[in-house]
Amino acid sequence: MRMGTDPNLQLAVESLHARYAHALDADRLEEWPQFFTENGRYRIATAENEERGLPLAVLSAEGRAMMRDRVQSLRHANIYEPQRYRHMISSVLLEPEDAGVVRSTANFIVLRILQDGDTVVFASGRYVDRIVIREMQYEERVVICDSRRFDTLLAIPL
Amino acid sequence: MQQRAWPAEGVTRVPYWVYQDDEIYREEQARIFRGPTWNYLCLETELPQPKSFVTTFVGDMPVVVARDPSGALHAWENRCAHRGALVCMQRSGTAERFRCIYHNWTYDHAGNLTQVAFRNGIGGKGGMPADANPESQAPKKLRVESIHGLVFGTLSEDVASLEAYIGPEVLPRLKRVLVRPLKVLGAYTQVLPNNWKLYMDNVKDTYHASLLHLFFTRFRINRLTQKGGVFVSRDGAHHCTYTEMVEDRGDDYEKDGMRSAGSQEFRLEDPRVLEQVDEFGDRVAIQILSLFPGFVLHQIRNSLAARQVVPKGTDRTELHWTLFGFADDGEAMTQRRLLQANLVGPAGYISMEDGAATGFVQRGVAGSPDRASVIEMGGATVGSADSRITETAVRGLWKAWRQYMHV
Repeated sequence: MRMGTDPNLQLAVESLHARYAHALDADRLEEWPQFFTENGRYRIATAENEERGLPLAVLSAEGRAMMRDRVQSLRHANIYEPQRYRHMISSVLLEPEDAGVVRSTANFIVLRILQDGDTVVFASGRYVDRIVIREMQYEERVVICDSRRFDTLLAIPL
Repeated sequence: MQQRAWPAEGVTRVPYWVYQDDEIYREEQARIFRGPTWNYLCLETELPQPKSFVTTFVGDMPVVVARDPSGALHAWENRCAHRGALVCMQRSGTAERFRCIYHNWTYDHAGNLTQVAFRNGIGGKGGMPADANPESQAPKKLRVESIHGLVFGTLSEDVASLEAYIGPEVLPRLKRVLVRPLKVLGAYTQVLPNNWKLYMDNVKDTYHASLLHLFFTRFRINRLTQKGGVFVSRDGAHHCTYTEMVEDRGDDYEKDGMRSAGSQEFRLEDPRVLEQVDEFGDRVAIQILSLFPGFVLHQIRNSLAARQVVPKGTDRTELHWTLFGFADDGEAMTQRRLLQANLVGPAGYISMEDGAATGFVQRGVAGSPDRASVIEMGGATVGSADSRITETAVRGLWKAWRQYMHV
C-alpha cells in the first residue's frame, strides 16, 4: 500500500469492486446501476483506442437511467446464449484526487462460461475508476480492455 | 463430390456445404478475394500524410496500404520476396521504408524491393550471383482506388473501375452517406463463430432485422411496416436497404402474435441513445449497404461505420469495425455518434444478435451438407424492391457467388 493511503479506504474500495463483481457474476444485473452515482458514467474501451486518443466505447452509459435501460434490454429485448461471467480483480491501486473522490486502478480478468460448459478468457484489462468516497459509488468506471477483439457478442457489462 | 451439386431450384436454395468445405474456402480466396473484385482496405483518413501506412487484409492475404512521399496511395501484399515473412508488423504508423525483420530486405512505399542485404557479399565473398532475380517473387501489387474516403484494392487487372463495379443501383446510396471528409472515432473487432458468407447474407437479409433484433421492434425503431426498400445491383453482388424515420403506429406485429410484439409499455428511460438529427436531409433512419465480397457501410441514425469482413477459415470470421464521423462535426454531434455507438458492434442493442444467429446456423447445419436453406421470401427473383419482407438481396449474393465460383 502506498504511503499515505488510508487502509480503511483501500479496504472500502476493494469491497466495492468485489460487490460489483459478485452482482454481475451472480446475474443480479438489476443491481448494476446502483454501484454508480445518479449521473455516473460507464464505458468499455479498448487499450488501442485509448492509446490512439480515440473516444469510441464498445458499450457506454451516462447515468443510472441509461444503465437501467441496458439491463431492461438485456432482460426483455436482446437475444443471446445463456452465459455467466467470473470476474477476477486484483492489484487495486488508489490515488487521492479531488476532495471526497479517489481514483482506483485495478486489473481484471473475466471468464465467460456458456451453458455447454465452454469456459474462455473473455476479457482482460484495467478498471480505471473515480469513486465518490462518502457514498462509495462509481462516478466514472472506464473498463479498458487489453484486446480490441470481442468474441461473438458482449451482452453482460464487464 | 456429389454433394457439391447446386440444388435444381437455383438461388432459392443455398446448400450448406458452401459454409463447411475447406476446398470451397480455398477456391473463394483465389476466385473471389484475389479475383476480379474490389476489396475494402481502409479509410483514407487513416493515412493522413505522406509515408503513412496501415496493414489490412484481402481475404486471407495480408496487405500494406501506404502513401508514398508524394502522397499517392499504394497497396501491396505484406510478404517479403525472400522467405515470405510479414514485411510490416505494426497496425499503422509512418515509415521511411519497410524493412523485413528476418534478413533486412527493404521495400519502398509502393512495395518495390529496393535493397537486398549483402546482395554482393562482403569483400568479394558470399552474396547472390549476378543473375539472381529475387524481384521475381516480389510482393503482389494491388490496383488501388478510393471513393469518398474509402480505399479499395484489387489484384485483378481486368475488373472495371470501382464505380462501374458498384454500379448505378447502389453507388448513389454510398455517396449519400460519404458527403464530407471523415474522422475516425475508434475501431474494434468482433469475432464471429461462422463462415464469412453467413455474415454477408445476414447483412443482406432485410427480413430478419425486426424479427431477430427485438430492440428495434420494442422501441419501434424499425418495423417492417415502416416505409423502406432495398436496392440490388444487376449482378446481385451489392445491395442497399433503408428505412425512413416515420414512427409506425400500426399493430401488425401484435396481430400476428410475434415475439417482438407487445411494445406498448416498453419505453426507454433515457432515449438519448436514439435521438437522431436528420443530417442528410432525407429522413432516412437506417441504411445498410454491402459491397461484394466483404464490405458493409452503415448509417444507423447518426452512427456511421465501415465493417470489413475478414474470413479466418470455414467457421471463423473477423469483423473489423471502424466507426467514424465527419472531420467538421461539432462536439454535440460527436457525442451523439459516440452514444449511438451503443446500437452497434458486439454490444450493440440492434446488432449483438447477428453473431449469435449466424453462429447458430454454422452449428445447426453441421450434419447436413446435403441439405439447403430456403430463400423464397419475395419470390425467386433478384432485384430492387419496395418491401423489406423479401430475401431478394440474399438471392443476389448467391447469384454473384455462383458466378465467381463457377458453381
